[in-house]
Amino acid sequence: MLNISRWRAIAILLTTVFVSLCGFPNFLSEQTLQSLPKWAQRHIVLGLDLQGGSHILLEVDSNAVRKEKIETLRDDVRRVVRENRLGSPAAVVVRGDSVEFRVREGGNVQLALSKLRELAQPLGGLLSATGQRSLDVVDVGGGVIRLTPTQPAIVERIRQSVEQSIQIVERRVNELGTVEPTIQRQGVDRILVQVPGLQDPSRLKELLGKTAKLTFRLVDQTVSPEQALQGRLPPDSELLRGSKAENNQPYVIEKRVMVSGEDLTDAQPGFDQRTGEPIVTFRFNNNGARRFAQVTQENVGKPFAIVLDNEVISAPVIREPILGGSGQISGSFTVQQANDLAILLRAGALPAPLTIIEERTVGPGLGQDSIEAGIRASWIGSLMVALFMFLTYGLFGLFANIAVAINVVMILGVLSLFNATLTLPGIAGIVLTVGMAVDSNVLIYERVREEVRGGRSAISSLDAGFSRALATILDSNITTFIAAAVLFFIGSGPVRGFALTLGIGILTTVFTAFTLTRLMVASWYRYWRPRTVPI
Amino acid sequence: MRLLRIVPDDTKFDFMRFRRISFPISGILSVLAIVAYFTLGLNFGIDFIGGTLIEVQSRTGPADLARMRATLNALNLGDVQLQQFGAPTDVLIRIPQQPGGEGAQQEAVAKVRNALGAEVDYRRVEVVGPRVSGELLTYGIIGLMLAIVGILIYLWFRFEWQFALGAMIANVHDLVMTIGFMSLTQLDFDLSTIAALLTILGYSLNDTVVIYDRIREMLRRYKRLPMHELLNISVNATLSRSIITHVTVTLALLSLLIFGGPVIFSFTAAMTFGAVLVGAYTSIFIASPLLIYLGVGEGRETAAEEPEPSPADATRAQAKR
Repeated sequence: MLNISRWRAIAILLTTVFVSLCGFPNFLSEQTLQSLPKWAQRHIVLGLDLQGGSHILLEVDSNAVRKEKIETLRDDVRRVVRENRLGSPAAVVVRGDSVEFRVREGGNVQLALSKLRELAQPLGGLLSATGQRSLDVVDVGGGVIRLTPTQPAIVERIRQSVEQSIQIVERRVNELGTVEPTIQRQGVDRILVQVPGLQDPSRLKELLGKTAKLTFRLVDQTVSPEQALQGRLPPDSELLRGSKAENNQPYVIEKRVMVSGEDLTDAQPGFDQRTGEPIVTFRFNNNGARRFAQVTQENVGKPFAIVLDNEVISAPVIREPILGGSGQISGSFTVQQANDLAILLRAGALPAPLTIIEERTVGPGLGQDSIEAGIRASWIGSLMVALFMFLTYGLFGLFANIAVAINVVMILGVLSLFNATLTLPGIAGIVLTVGMAVDSNVLIYERVREEVRGGRSAISSLDAGFSRALATILDSNITTFIAAAVLFFIGSGPVRGFALTLGIGILTTVFTAFTLTRLMVASWYRYWRPRTVPI
Repeated sequence: MRLLRIVPDDTKFDFMRFRRISFPISGILSVLAIVAYFTLGLNFGIDFIGGTLIEVQSRTGPADLARMRATLNALNLGDVQLQQFGAPTDVLIRIPQQPGGEGAQQEAVAKVRNALGAEVDYRRVEVVGPRVSGELLTYGIIGLMLAIVGILIYLWFRFEWQFALGAMIANVHDLVMTIGFMSLTQLDFDLSTIAALLTILGYSLNDTVVIYDRIREMLRRYKRLPMHELLNISVNATLSRSIITHVTVTLALLSLLIFGGPVIFSFTAAMTFGAVLVGAYTSIFIASPLLIYLGVGEGRETAAEEPEPSPADATRAQAKR
């Protein structure tokens, strides 16, 4: 066991040095790091619990997506019914998760069926061989045709919504100008936003919580808001409320959208030249500009409403046609609100509302305290363990301490290699590894002591000690490794950081026990050729 | 230099006889732990029951808990708990899950921020909605199960089934004890506690496996030794190692407990209790004597008469190389 060939020794040393060096970039300043080539920039990322920041888990409202899909389907069916004169559009109704159309008395059910079947699209594009379609269209009897979106179609729609949402969330978060935010999908319908160094996430949450669906619509003047409140609401209009600044004043607004936020190309915060009030100026694309010009031309003297997420921001009267394709929104904003609205409009509307289902924010003060506590605990723990090992095993204790020190350096190296995240529980994992890594040395040394007591010679005791202990070391570490692996897969955030350092710690522990400790003891033996083992 | 010998060489404690005391003690303690769990219950953190946790630091000297409590109780957020946390300026505020779904939790945080205003610094805000908390609990329990099963399968492959079963009983014993400890102390039981439980599991097994390894070796080498004696020799032979390793792990954990700060206190407390106090005891006084009852080593005499080269010879041969 103690015979290690020259090549093997070199390989062991090279591996150790390489892995250890991987941790080197962590000690460089940010500037120096930037000047290095990409491959050398790998370093440990501090978790949000250490550097401070916000972790926000959002969920896409899949019910809203479903509802919207059904409503779009209803509108499509009405269009088909109207275009083919199959009956009255009013005979198309939403029922649960389906849309139903009642063919008029004596109407041609077969014709309606075949026309409506054209709405069903094959799923998954041209290359898909599944043959699944987006809609089930069935004749349920009694002249009623039922159209139900298939499950795969709904799942696909939700997937698209999440993809779009991620892009929009990215644009909104990037506007905050923070360093290295990460935005990733989690599970089917969730988005994880992590923003390091954010002291107060209120503004971020504000930005993420808005759908930002902007529409320009006409105010319905056929009834007053009071009449509408009493229930006399025209079918093509709805009752919407004004902003808080306007005491949630009610408005009757036409459902028909003149121009929507999708046609905006730019939005910027600014100040009104006359009143000095904060405003948002915007610019339409060609399509939007043409439509806006047309509507304003036709409705001079009438009020129109700017509606954001079903809230009327303002309802100015059209004094003259707006032909230039640009305009401004004023609505008793604060500077911050005007800024945020501009950000939201530039980033675009979310396809469905997002809900915050989990938030974890750590302030920079606590993060710094945690780093200090973690480092202090690491040093004190390691020094106590090292002292104890030295008192117990003397020279061999020193060997063990060197192995453990290299072990820790290698853990940092492996973490850097994977750009892994170090959390406070992660630091705890390293401290625990220090306590447990010496176990492999203890196992070897105790076995050697036993063999010495059994009357063996120095070399034979060392040899037997190593060969018997290594099997045990492997067995005992695999159990802890299984626990760490499970923890890594079920855990998230800080806990995952713990599993990571614990798991890597076990690997490096086994590595150093099998190689470095052996190498050290072997070299020592070859140099001194002792008759007894000082253990 | 005279080296430290915590355990004298060649101890000959009759650990196996001690099982007549240790088994009843463990039995009674396990029952007490279960009673504690059902009467006192675990102090579930927001990870598992949802709700909000806010750590604030007063900017004007020590925090006035009474005044803060009055301010927050006026918000009608249910049973709001305040607790001094670490330094006298730091206060931990716990707000129960608000009725009204995910959005209501965020509104509660906004209300608290408004009420406390600029007199405090927000060191930490954690909001876990109803849906996430349910999932975290499920994942935690599944994780524990998976780990136990995974380790069992591994042990089954490496040892005989009796060893795997013995290790599992010892394991469950450790977990029950630790849960009893968490109920008694009312320390926060959250996601990091699950991490602590998993670590205890791995660590306690680590210890058990070392002793089992030795027992297996002895079984191969001494075919005619009575089981009782064989187990005693194995435990005594590994005793020094068990104790030294426990000292080093305890040193590491104590340093975390004392210097690691309040954020990971309940995590390290659970781990210290489980790994150091229970884990050490279990592997020696529970896991090893259990093997007697599980019938390990029965029928060894017949095995010895098999013509194949015994594994013990192989070990010896390997040692000579």
